[in-house]
Amino acid sequence: MGCIEELPYEVVLRGGSFKECRDYVRKHFRESLDVQPGFKIFDTHIIGIPPISIGLDGDFVIFPFTKPCHGTFLLRVEDRAEADRLRKRK
Amino acid sequence: MIGLADEEKPQRSALLVLGCPQVPVQTSIALYLIHRLRQAGITPVVAGNRSAITLLVVADPKRHYLGEALDLDRAIDQITEKKRDFDLCFVFIHNDAGVSYAATMGVISRARLYALIYGEHYDELVASIEFPCQNIAAKAVHNPMPLKKILDEVAPWAA
Repeated sequence: MGCIEELPYEVVLRGGSFKECRDYVRKHFRESLDVQPGFKIFDTHIIGIPPISIGLDGDFVIFPFTKPCHGTFLLRVEDRAEADRLRKRK
Repeated sequence: MIGLADEEKPQRSALLVLGCPQVPVQTSIALYLIHRLRQAGITPVVAGNRSAITLLVVADPKRHYLGEALDLDRAIDQITEKKRDFDLCFVFIHNDAGVSYAATMGVISRARLYALIYGEHYDELVASIEFPCQNIAAKAVHNPMPLKKILDEVAPWAA
């Protein structure tokens, strides 16, 4: 598996619930897609309550990242190839 | 009708998905559940982060109870990639992240899903669960007995 923590990410939202992260993506990004838990993003299986909303903003991918002790973060990573791959799934 | 002898029956397995070990009852209830599963002939496998697993390893140094223990991310990978699955899955929940892990297991695994919900705000967590699973919930933080009592009543190892 990949390691999200090694990506050059920015934290968009922290300390919120998973649902708040989903609502934030839907409200703040015109482009988004819904996926199921286990969907691979940046070579990592995504964790979450379905549907999981992923935002797209140019070459940026905005997605929730959950860890047992730290809750869910909404992260933003610039990666044109991954953004294009996700855009094709819409 | 000829039935399978006990030794010929396929062994059932259960995955225990541990949460953050911040709430003390988790390790105690996990070891107790492992014990009950073993008594019922069910093979328990534990998945968690390093701290959660280490608490179990230190508490059970001769591995009387604890068997296979997996890194949580690795377990998620194996199940999602259909390399492995379990008959039963118990997700330990005391925060929003735990609910996310339980929802994930409900989608990626074919196991019968149980949500073990505890902690100071267990009732809010119960209310937030909108996916199919059986809840085993009690206000338990330091004292595991309220959760143990409910677990014994549900007796998922006998289902």
